[in-house]
Amino acid sequence: MTDATLKDNLIRRRISLPAIPVSVALAISWIVAMLLIAAFAEKIAPYGFTQLDLRNRLAAPGNAAHWLGTDELGRDVLSRLLVSIRISLLIAFGATAISAIVGTTLGFLAAHFRGVVEQLVLMLSDFQASMPFLIMELAVLAFFGNSLPLLIGLMGLFGWERYARIARGLAISANAQGYAAAVRQLGARPSRIYLRHILPNIASTLIVSTTLVFPEVILMESGLSFLGLGVQPPMTSLGNMVGYGREYLTRAPWIMLAPATTIVVTTLAVSVIGDWLRDRLDPTLQ
Amino acid sequence: MSAPLVEVSAISRTYSMRSGMFGRAAAVHAVDGVSLTIARGQTLGLVGESGSGKSTTGRIVLGLEPPDSGEVRFDGKPMAAPGTAAWRAQRARMQMIFQDPLGALDRRLPVATQIREPLDIHGVGTPSMREDRVRELLRAVELTPAHGARYPGALSGGQRQRIVLARALATKPDFLVCDEPVSALDVSIQAQVVNLLADLQAQLGLTLLFISHDLRVVRQISNVVAVMYLGRIVEIGSADDLFARPEHPYTQALVSASPAPGRRSASRIVLSGDPPNPAARPQGCAFHPRCPRAIARCASEVPALEAVASDRQVACHLVSGAATRDAA
Amino acid sequence: MGRYFAIRIGRAALTIVLVVTFAFVVLRLSGDPALMILGPEAPPEVLAAFRKAWGLDDPIWFQYLDYFGAIAKGELGRSMRDGRPAIELVLERIPATLALTLPAFAFKVALGIPAGIYAALHRGSGIDRAVMTTAVAGFTVPSFVLALVLVLVFAVQLGWLPSGGQDSWRHAILPIATLSLGGAAVLARFTRSAMLEVLGQPYIRTASAKGVPWRKVVTSHALPNAAIPTITILGFMVGTLIAGAVVVESVFAWPGVGRLLVVAVANRDLAVVQCILLLVAMTMVTSNLIVDFLYGFLDPRLRTKGAHA
Repeated sequence: MTDATLKDNLIRRRISLPAIPVSVALAISWIVAMLLIAAFAEKIAPYGFTQLDLRNRLAAPGNAAHWLGTDELGRDVLSRLLVSIRISLLIAFGATAISAIVGTTLGFLAAHFRGVVEQLVLMLSDFQASMPFLIMELAVLAFFGNSLPLLIGLMGLFGWERYARIARGLAISANAQGYAAAVRQLGARPSRIYLRHILPNIASTLIVSTTLVFPEVILMESGLSFLGLGVQPPMTSLGNMVGYGREYLTRAPWIMLAPATTIVVTTLAVSVIGDWLRDRLDPTLQ
Repeated sequence: MSAPLVEVSAISRTYSMRSGMFGRAAAVHAVDGVSLTIARGQTLGLVGESGSGKSTTGRIVLGLEPPDSGEVRFDGKPMAAPGTAAWRAQRARMQMIFQDPLGALDRRLPVATQIREPLDIHGVGTPSMREDRVRELLRAVELTPAHGARYPGALSGGQRQRIVLARALATKPDFLVCDEPVSALDVSIQAQVVNLLADLQAQLGLTLLFISHDLRVVRQISNVVAVMYLGRIVEIGSADDLFARPEHPYTQALVSASPAPGRRSASRIVLSGDPPNPAARPQGCAFHPRCPRAIARCASEVPALEAVASDRQVACHLVSGAATRDAA
Repeated sequence: MGRYFAIRIGRAALTIVLVVTFAFVVLRLSGDPALMILGPEAPPEVLAAFRKAWGLDDPIWFQYLDYFGAIAKGELGRSMRDGRPAIELVLERIPATLALTLPAFAFKVALGIPAGIYAALHRGSGIDRAVMTTAVAGFTVPSFVLALVLVLVFAVQLGWLPSGGQDSWRHAILPIATLSLGGAAVLARFTRSAMLEVLGQPYIRTASAKGVPWRKVVTSHALPNAAIPTITILGFMVGTLIAGAVVVESVFAWPGVGRLLVVAVANRDLAVVQCILLLVAMTMVTSNLIVDFLYGFLDPRLRTKGAHA
């Protein structure tokens, strides 16, 4: 049996339920729950996320009307949490998708044209990797002001260099010898070679990279919003909630703890899934 | 006799190779002034050790890379520049068979899809006609439609090479370049695949450029054989004659090293010296450091490829015309 | 050898040019700084005077060249808020930041590297699992959450330490702890995987098969080789000394460069933001350059291999 069939069988075997470790199963359930919440946040939320209840300000969690308590304006923490999850995930997914698409495209362009284009892509990716992203991002936000699409677009520039390097390396090796060279000489256009053949072949490696980028994007967004420079009120996000909750750390720590826990568990879950996928799909990636 | 399908005139290809980032760039003459013609329906066997430039010659002849100088004409017309639309369209008429069939196939697609791919690319027929054509091609390479549903990983080496062959034949090409098509296969499978190739060639009137280091295989399928050494053709002639009476000392060594029935092993010529290195090409005749019969002139002067008989050309100072043949 | 260093220096210079260009493009694309600073209600003649004073009326390429020239002379503009030179504002904040980041860097190295080495040498042990768990936690818990949890425990609940400000050394404990814990976890994880990779190499097995004592195999073969990748990440950490504490300084109200940056961003103070950006870029580029040079000395192979080897 060749290693390819072995690998295929392995994947199939691992994907059947009993082989999934408990931690991974928990991580997957958490992410699924988050996705469901993100999709139906407004339907599940008991209150509107901006709805004030001035008689019930800073209510502790566990009361019948507000399970997770209320904040300084009497807004329901649970409802705000659900909506925040939606916004944070929207940003994280949007940004990760942009970064994967931009990075993979640049990597393919570098592999296809070589020469100057390749040097340019490599130089940009070195540049990106050597600058602290938060600083660059703050600089942009400082002057462009702040809107959700800009925030997503900006986050989308995070981590692209990883995809670019992987896509370039794998496409060059595919072009040099294997199936890609074979399809090229069949007369295929570059779009067919890259999208139909090379992309599916390197998808597993790219997916593993996604699980590395995604948690970092969540952390980055929540950090920015925490500083008051990311998602702006009245919109809310996980980091934003932690940031405002910080003012009431002494009197009402629950305002901050609920979103903080959600951030930690979500990044942990994605990392656990990522580690597991990497071991299964792509042992070569460091 | 009609005009040859493929005419190669004096093609050269030089790579610059660096030994590391800071090493000096060295020019490697992979192919140096090679001329060939291949008549329609014929097979030209191209023989040589690794590093002789035979694969590069194959790629240039197929138009996969342009020569630095010289020209390849296909069916009387010059080859289009690689990557252009004209070049892509031309691919339907000429195809390549690779040494490593597993590498040449996409592991993530069923093989039938891959056989169909050239038809999709060149827009041949309707979808249902393409399906029929795939079944026909599978039968032609002696496989069943059931094989088509499998992935490359689930097939044997010989079956994979048949799939590659079926894919190459999908658009009914005129010309195939086979680069070591069987050397990665078990010896028992090699003959089957070569026979299949020969049968298909006869049926479809294909013209082949068959590249191999294995003289037995080349002999089995070729009409004309060219021997390459360090980027140049040292001898070219009709297959049977060349194997029966090799003229160039290098060809003689190759032939003697290849097992053949009825030949005593005592007559085997063993070459001394280093194997050829394209980056350090000796002066004069590139073969002279290893040549058992080299004379002073060989070290200084490059021998030209000259006709020594009606269908034989040799590049050697010791072999020129009938006179040398009498003396030998 | 000379060429290796020349290429590195060239790349470093190019990175600086890229950052300067980036800063310029971002600044100029963002809109009219005059309107931004003075507000839309400002009278036209005031706006015009402002534009003239800041050179905003010149053609864009002129401003670009001007910008380069000014930076080359060390003129990084004045804070648009209080008119003081931006470079002064930034430089006076650096000691405060270094007071946090330097001790934190020392702790990271002192904790992270030994933990990583120990975990690698005792792979699968309880301590290895503990190190890995901590390392994962260090990655998944954002620094602002860690900071707030530390405040909640040590300042609010126990009342041992102040929760913010810069009045005494006790104020620095929580910020330094926050910075060290996260960084140490990253470093431990990295060192562990670098060590494990080296320990799996054939020459390690050969050395120990030849009867070289294990302690000697580790100290004279494994550690020097594992040091090479670890230096990369250390270099990155050195590069972030100046601006690596943005979040932590904000949480603890510590008047460093990071806090200045956040305030400047919130106030859209162009000169200060670009000054910090350039300063960070210089630090990063310099530390990367030093790492590259160290590489050149530690690993002679790199001098002959490709730049992307």
